Amino acid sequence: MELNRFFISESAIEPNELRSKLQNEVAGAYASFEGWVRNHNDGKPVNALEYSAYTALAEKEGDRIIGEALDRFEISGAAAIHRVGPLDIGDIAVWVGVSSPHRGAAFDSCRYIIDEIKDRVPIWKRESYENGPDEWVNCAKGDLE
Amino acid sequence: MKLTIEYYALLKEQRGCSSEFWETSASNPAALYDELKAQHGFSLDRSALKVAVNEDFAEWDQSLQEADTVVFIPPVAGG
Repeated sequence: MELNRFFISESAIEPNELRSKLQNEVAGAYASFEGWVRNHNDGKPVNALEYSAYTALAEKEGDRIIGEALDRFEISGAAAIHRVGPLDIGDIAVWVGVSSPHRGAAFDSCRYIIDEIKDRVPIWKRESYENGPDEWVNCAKGDLE
Repeated sequence: MKLTIEYYALLKEQRGCSSEFWETSASNPAALYDELKAQHGFSLDRSALKVAVNEDFAEWDQSLQEADTVVFIPPVAGG
């Protein structure tokens, strides 16, 4: 995986491999975020779920977000990866890592990247519930803002 | 003009395929979505969507050209 990029992956995310790419001699801090698949959403037990993406645009928009973080914060490197396909409870769905000279920028930029990914990158989640029909999260009519 | 429409997530499910060629006189993505929604019975209103033309985000009122690829983007849920 290249540094300062965002990737969509069909295979399991390996945080330790990703972390090692962010190590460098000017970095005194490293912060990461992992989003995990949980067994409930909105009060409903979740049995299984699947992420899908418009990969070409997702990677383009994700690269832009990382570029924005590099411009806005005093960081030395950043990377993010989002899984697609069927996932199990407990799997890592998304990973973000940042290294920087000091801790403040590492925390702030990591938060910025995950927030922007959730808001802007064309990735969708289809959940299967213990009781009731499958649902595309955020796409039910009542959820729309 | 003839366009390629690609579908993802809920729209793919409701359309029953991931892409199609579409002959249209719609001049922009807004008119095109209204036409496809009426034709295919999509549940999502245009106000809930974003649109991409040729692999980048686009405006609803920009002109469409012959052979453009158009993607309507349902509310995202990554993370």
